[in-house]
Amino acid sequence: MNLSMRWLGDYVKLDVTPKEFCSAMTMSGSKVEAFEEEKKRLEGFVVGKILSKRVHENADALFVCSVDMGGEEPVQIVTNAKNVKEGDFVPVATIGTTVTEGNQSMKIKAAKVRGVESRGMFCGLETLGLTQNDFPYADPESVFVLQEECKAGQDVASALGVDDVSVEFEITSNRPDCLSVIGLAREASATFNVPLTVNKPEFTGSDEDITKTLTVEIQNKEKCTRYCAGLVRNVKIAPSPRWMRERLRASGVRPINNLVDITNYVMLEYGQPMHAFDLRFVKGGKICIRNAQNGEKITTLDGIERELTDKMLIIADSEKPIAVAGIMGGEYSGIMEDTVDVVFESAYFEPVQVRQTSKKLGMRTDASARYEKGLDETSMPVTLARALQLVQELGAGEPVGTTIDENYSNPIPNHIPFDSKWINAFLGADIPESDMVKYLESLEIKVENDECIAPSFRIDLARPADIAEEVARIYGYNNLPSTVITGVAKAQLTPEQKFTRTIEETAVSVGCDGILTYSFTSPKAFDKINLPENSPLRNATTITNPLGEDTSVMRTTTIPSMLDILAFNYSKRNPKAWLYEVSKEYHPTEPDKLPTEPQVLTIGLYGSDADFFLLKGMVETVFDKCGVSGVNYIRPEKSDEKNAFHPNRSAEVYAGETYLGIMGEIHPDVLKTYGIGVRAYVAKIQIPELFSVANNEITYKPLPKFPAMTRDISLVCDETIPVGELETAISQAVGKSLEKIELFDVYQGEQIAKGKKSVSFSIIMRNAEETMTAEQADSAMKRVLKALTKLGANIRE
Amino acid sequence: MKEQLKSIEERAREAVSAVTDLKALDELRVKLLGKKGELTAILKQMGKLSAEERPAMGQLANQVRSQLETMISDKTKALQEAAQNARLAAETIDITMPAKKPETGHLHPLKIVENEIREIFLGMGFSIADGPEVEYDYYNFEALNLPPDHPARDTQDTFYITDNILLRTQTSSVQVHVMETQKPPIRVISPGRVYRSDAVDATHSPLFHQVEGLVIDKGITMADLKGTLELLMQRLYGDDCKIRLRPHHFPFTEPSAEVDVMCFNCHGAGCRMCKNEGYIELLGAGMVHPWVLENSGIDSSVYSGFAFGLGLERIVMRRYQISDMRLLFENDVRFLEQFR
Repeated sequence: MNLSMRWLGDYVKLDVTPKEFCSAMTMSGSKVEAFEEEKKRLEGFVVGKILSKRVHENADALFVCSVDMGGEEPVQIVTNAKNVKEGDFVPVATIGTTVTEGNQSMKIKAAKVRGVESRGMFCGLETLGLTQNDFPYADPESVFVLQEECKAGQDVASALGVDDVSVEFEITSNRPDCLSVIGLAREASATFNVPLTVNKPEFTGSDEDITKTLTVEIQNKEKCTRYCAGLVRNVKIAPSPRWMRERLRASGVRPINNLVDITNYVMLEYGQPMHAFDLRFVKGGKICIRNAQNGEKITTLDGIERELTDKMLIIADSEKPIAVAGIMGGEYSGIMEDTVDVVFESAYFEPVQVRQTSKKLGMRTDASARYEKGLDETSMPVTLARALQLVQELGAGEPVGTTIDENYSNPIPNHIPFDSKWINAFLGADIPESDMVKYLESLEIKVENDECIAPSFRIDLARPADIAEEVARIYGYNNLPSTVITGVAKAQLTPEQKFTRTIEETAVSVGCDGILTYSFTSPKAFDKINLPENSPLRNATTITNPLGEDTSVMRTTTIPSMLDILAFNYSKRNPKAWLYEVSKEYHPTEPDKLPTEPQVLTIGLYGSDADFFLLKGMVETVFDKCGVSGVNYIRPEKSDEKNAFHPNRSAEVYAGETYLGIMGEIHPDVLKTYGIGVRAYVAKIQIPELFSVANNEITYKPLPKFPAMTRDISLVCDETIPVGELETAISQAVGKSLEKIELFDVYQGEQIAKGKKSVSFSIIMRNAEETMTAEQADSAMKRVLKALTKLGANIRE
Repeated sequence: MKEQLKSIEERAREAVSAVTDLKALDELRVKLLGKKGELTAILKQMGKLSAEERPAMGQLANQVRSQLETMISDKTKALQEAAQNARLAAETIDITMPAKKPETGHLHPLKIVENEIREIFLGMGFSIADGPEVEYDYYNFEALNLPPDHPARDTQDTFYITDNILLRTQTSSVQVHVMETQKPPIRVISPGRVYRSDAVDATHSPLFHQVEGLVIDKGITMADLKGTLELLMQRLYGDDCKIRLRPHHFPFTEPSAEVDVMCFNCHGAGCRMCKNEGYIELLGAGMVHPWVLENSGIDSSVYSGFAFGLGLERIVMRRYQISDMRLLFENDVRFLEQFR
């Protein structure tokens, strides 16, 4: 909503600067986005009086003028304008002024034009940022010859009356009453504690009985509760007067002609949209407010044919729709050059109906934006009278004295309990009751018998909390005290929250940077990581109105997100990226039910000394810190994501039977798809599963009292036997006294037969109750060798 | 014998001072003081002396022994020190050479600020709640007093999954979950991802983060809301940080406010950063609407409460003077490594 300060002055007298006004209004609840002083736009433009004009000595198409600019000496200006003559007043851009024409800006300088000095430039409407709608008498193609009262040397801004201040408000959806000059004037009156003066509009019309010409029938009385109509005979279509054009312009509305301008003017002034129909096109003199029939069509004012449904409310004549109720008129119903008689409409349409129709038709108009928020059901006769009054004042036609008011509304003002003690307790303030009453009454909220009576234009007021807000905002939110909440509260992180925190801390401590990726992805991501065609992971929660395909499904796996970021860093030639993210996956459940949103830890690495075992080390450090032990790594079998990985350098991770996740080197094909030119490694660990197997009960174990016994052993076995199997065998063979097995060498090469490998372990044993003897250790080693021989592993000679 | 003793002392003095390493010094010690050493040899002659001469000579011999010992021990110290110094000198390193840094990673800047906010609120007795991001319309809108076709829905461009399921546009949805499952007193915050259909640019992202706060108890006032937010902002931005509340409209709070924080750059005077306002809009807040309380089964005549929601990206960008939001989601390691 753009407000003309001059217009506002009709209703409240304020003595503040624009900046003070904006600041105070913002703090009382009418937020100002910006304000513009119109005259700033016209700084440097001065009225010049042409004293003489002669043809340029070196160019027939140019003229040299001597111009009185209000200074002692006349100024010489060269122009190509044919329409100026001696004695004319014209706007002059003086030296130093920046002039914009189309997309080009230039600064006026003293210059020689074909050898003759010129010190300024005559301006047309466009240069001044005006159109012919603002000054209908001006020649839009040439210099603007002023017909205003003015004198040489005067600012063009004041000569043209463009010295208003336009204030742009952001009005919230609960305050449609503030989408009007009078509504904002009321707020200003309460904010600055000055009186508000609004006169009841009156007009004198002819004695004609409108009902002989026009009938109004409301068929859908639920969706249209009130319809007022007035008639103007013998309209004289002309430009509206300057003051009206200026106010419309300052409000951001383009002046058109007097009749159209009047409807816009009343809408801006009262917030009530008005419509004007040409009586010739109201067939049968009958206005009917009804639901459209399915398939019924209307071509709206913007020239687009629209198909209607039976859910949409229309204004129809005896034959066809002439307007979509509350949104836009039909093509032929509007005011034209040869219009003779005009019907004015001021009506109440039910907000949801207008909103739904406007959404369905994809049409948002100034009118629909007001209707959908809910209007004052008592304002229709007032605004109609205001329109007719303006017709009369402007001499735009002959109003008929009788009007139609089809009224099925029954607005009952909201009565809300008023309890100053409660309000103070709720706000935590100590505002005297008399002040509260004063604030409320300045907003036209009546306070009687411990009740507030909401005015009809304040449909948002329904509860004591609403009244508390009115009091608080006029009192000033910032005048409220600041207190600390009292009472007891127990605050602690849940075990799950602590667990997640530990995971993140560990990921950072092992060298990974935290990243942040989108939750949505492209369905193509599934192909990019080679997900099987029939994988359930391809069944993703889909956004029906996505910004684009790339962000159209909620990810069912975080692996593509991580690969995207690795690829991005690779493309930036970053030599190394070690990354992690704790975030969610979204797994659909049943139709019309929410997906599950499990958290996962995703680690992604490339560069530096990243390899499978570094990744495994990071994952294991996380497990250690989380209290997860007994983890197994097996060749991927179950996971659909396994195809994203190198088949022989990847693992599924289990704790007992619990699947924890998948990790490994990314498959070369996938790397290629993502444009990653180095080996990259990704692990994805399911946090809820990890939590379920974690043990965070820590009990102190006594430090060992007796020395340990260490035996080293070197074995030769088939290269296909995993080290893990050998370790398991050793562990089982040693039994209880085993403290630790350390792998210290794996060797393949000249000394070893082909297809074999040498594996060396340190086996550390200790008895809890006594010193382990050499005999005990030897006997344990015998068992170990026996077990290893069974696996085909023998002592290396 | 006296001469012999004098002579041995003098020779020893010369020899000790000439010695340059510990090994030679030890050899010298053996030569002078050892069982087969010179001094011992002289002392063996003691027997030949008369009983009168013996005590005086014995005393002298002991003096000489003690002097030789001191001489040698002083020299040992000196040589040890010299050797130590030589070693230290030889071990000189260039301390300006690059460090061997253990690799540690970095928290994402958004996480850093989120953690800080979590801690501030934990300290104020708030617990932390979580809620679904893919959400029923009911929790995101309806239960927050935004029925279908409410015009305020326009301000939040929503991604829909079905007519009834959407990506939450605000963490306020968690309010309703909390009120359904907990009885007052309630004191929670809920940080998380929210979604709005905004194309990506320097200040917009279809996914961003909010922290929701909710307090419900007997006697909670708007002054409490003000005090809590002041405390938050002072913890985040320093004790001289000032906030201001502007009346606003949210369907789920009444009274509602937008909260501005004094511009860090100009301290309220007005500058380019704050568009000459002196203040920067930071969050929305208000007293929980009685309808919302009642809808969740909380008696609004007994309990009152406040709620607020703040955008994390905005705070992060201000704090680190990041001018383009896209940097937060690109995850370039050269960007990530700047935060700690």
